[in-house]
Amino acid sequence: MNQNILTTNVDTSPETGIRTEEMLLNVGPQHPSTHGVFRLVVKIDGETIKEAIPVMGYLHRGTEKLAENLNYTQIIPYTDRMDYVSAMTNNYVFCHAVETMMGLEIPERAQFLRLIAMELNRVASHLVWWGTYLLDIGAMGPFLYAFRDREMILDLFNELCGARMTFNYMRIGGVKWDAPPGWIDKAKEFVQYMKKELGNYHKLVSGNEIFINRIKGIGKFDTKTALDYSLSGVMLRSTGVKWDLRKDEPYCIYDRFDFDVPTATEGDCMARYQLRMAEIEQSLRILEQALEQFPSEGEVIGKVPRVIRPPAGETYVRIEAPRGEIGCYIASQGKDKPWRVKFRRPSFTNLQILPKLLQGENLANMIAILGSIDIVLGEVDC
Amino acid sequence: MSEEKRKPTPEEKAKAAAEARAKAEALRKLREQGAQAPQGEKEAEEVPVQAQAAEPQAKAEPAPSSKPISEMTPEEKAAAKKAAAAEAIAKAKAAKEAKEAKEAGAESAPAPKPFSEMTPEEKAAAKKAAAAEALAKAKAAKEAKEAAQQADAAPTASGADAEAKAKAAAAAKAKAAAAAAAKAKAAREAGGQAADGADADAKAKAAAAAKAKAAAAAAAKAKAAQGESPAAEEAPKAPSKNQPYLDKYVQRITEVFGKEVLEAAYINELGKEVPTLVIKTERWHEIARFLKEDEPLAFDYLSDLHGVDYEDRMEVYYHFYSYINRQSLAVKVKTNREQPSVPSVMDLWHGANWNERETFDLLGIHFPGHKDLRRILLPDDWVGYPLRKDYVQYDEEV
Repeated sequence: MNQNILTTNVDTSPETGIRTEEMLLNVGPQHPSTHGVFRLVVKIDGETIKEAIPVMGYLHRGTEKLAENLNYTQIIPYTDRMDYVSAMTNNYVFCHAVETMMGLEIPERAQFLRLIAMELNRVASHLVWWGTYLLDIGAMGPFLYAFRDREMILDLFNELCGARMTFNYMRIGGVKWDAPPGWIDKAKEFVQYMKKELGNYHKLVSGNEIFINRIKGIGKFDTKTALDYSLSGVMLRSTGVKWDLRKDEPYCIYDRFDFDVPTATEGDCMARYQLRMAEIEQSLRILEQALEQFPSEGEVIGKVPRVIRPPAGETYVRIEAPRGEIGCYIASQGKDKPWRVKFRRPSFTNLQILPKLLQGENLANMIAILGSIDIVLGEVDC
Repeated sequence: MSEEKRKPTPEEKAKAAAEARAKAEALRKLREQGAQAPQGEKEAEEVPVQAQAAEPQAKAEPAPSSKPISEMTPEEKAAAKKAAAAEAIAKAKAAKEAKEAKEAGAESAPAPKPFSEMTPEEKAAAKKAAAAEALAKAKAAKEAKEAAQQADAAPTASGADAEAKAKAAAAAKAKAAAAAAAKAKAAREAGGQAADGADADAKAKAAAAAKAKAAAAAAAKAKAAQGESPAAEEAPKAPSKNQPYLDKYVQRITEVFGKEVLEAAYINELGKEVPTLVIKTERWHEIARFLKEDEPLAFDYLSDLHGVDYEDRMEVYYHFYSYINRQSLAVKVKTNREQPSVPSVMDLWHGANWNERETFDLLGIHFPGHKDLRRILLPDDWVGYPLRKDYVQYDEEV
């Protein structure tokens, strides 16, 4: 850790003659508002944050090293454990990278199942964020509603692949399981239910004056800063950049569906709140179309060699995860195990801006700002 | 493993090759440990067997490899394994890039005949050449732009031990030239295999068999591909949609910095056709600034930064994006493995900060110019760099 943060200034106030002292405050790693094991060492002068140093790695499992000794298919479950709130997109980005190298064709039905799973997961992920964010800043109720509704998505996933969070659902070339009978109808029902429920969410929270005053105008940054810090996803869109990989570098079958990319210009916590809520709406829109057009039959996994051996070379693909741009780099030497795997994790990259946002900020805003970045520590530490 | 009858599908063969390889690996170790005396005897017996085996295989199509294995002696198995491995590689290449098959066939078709007539020594040399050829060809077609790395390729190949060293080097060079370009990696692998093949006569024979088979397989594939649809082959050869962008980047950079700063520039066909530049470490920081600030380039966003350990060198991989031009660019910067160091770009893209720290933490690559380069994921007192290929965990309690 950086040593100079440990030295604090002792001074005497010129007006009152009272002795003042900067103080070190240790937040975490077991702090509930850090959504995992994340530590912040904060130097405060009164209530003002002078400096904040993030300390991480408590959840580092060496996924990238482990992957070097595993077959390609064996790596998929490890991706579940990075961003465990949105494991479907992690599954997808890895499979997508291998498929890109091998030039595999994915059957239509598998594409739909993947897309539906990813969008449901996006909704689930944003619900977790919505609930916990409000919990962070002091509202207990929304958390319960959010988790009630998220549970319905997890039930759907449970039926689809037998797991609530660590799905291991996708395979190179398609998906592992077809949708069980009646599943599509249940998903349709859920989408309609969620659309209604979203209105209630807005009624409950979005217009609440205390809430608005709490988060409006804090954690602000502009487009230039966002690009400079390699921010992505909602963090970037909240500054007015209309950029969504689902639209701008279409993957899977996103180009077939009609949806908007919501943006805001304020770049503050409120903008990010509104964008995530708007994204739930757009995801439901995509889901509605996809479930309607879901092919009645077909294969769920394409023709894939039994042993996956991408040709020697390298690839880097990126997709839009709920937290931003998740990327996967694979260097292959034509063997059945990768030479090097690297995940570009949006939580890790987005978190970089935190010390800058906290500098000079009021201590009470710290958690509100951290929460608005929406990190998952499994992904930060990888 | 050997009793089952296999259908000659590529997957089956690939699997057989993998198994055989593992087995042969074990066998070779065993042999190295002790039994040197009997080896000489067996060698004598082996010669005709191998010669016979090699010839029919050269003509017939690939499948037979699985059948003989069950009946072979351990040494023969080792030979067969090499054959199978080589075959699988050749086939995978051929199948994957059907468009290249015509080219490949043209070169490898004449190969099998001469090889079967060669003396063992010549075979060793030929095998080296073949290995270099197979790899170089695939690389060449895929990354035709990497011509600049020929220089790397030649020295590594000539580093092989054994008496056939000179031949191997010459052959590798010739192939590389013929194929228009060879990546350093390809040549290194070729060199490694060549060294393997040269250190024992039995291995040389194995290599010859492998060669014949691989060539036969490649030729057969090539013929098949030619027969199928010549028109379809032409289509993928069309320049990538990103070729004009690559040309533009190369032109801008060479205009300002000269040709020598670029080690290579190519379209990465495995990576969504992203234009890729390999840039010399010495001037990387200047060029990085140029990439960001030059108006026609304007790469204002750093999407990813990480390192890769290739055992003979380290590479740092950057993925840039220009929100102004809506274009991607991949950049690779190479550095040596003893004191890996690549100038930091943190002052240009602040997003490089933690990525460089992570790369330092896990691979030990230094980034001079970084303001706060220290470990980020591992504890400060961690020993070693885990993502290095030769990393051995240090644990004081063990």
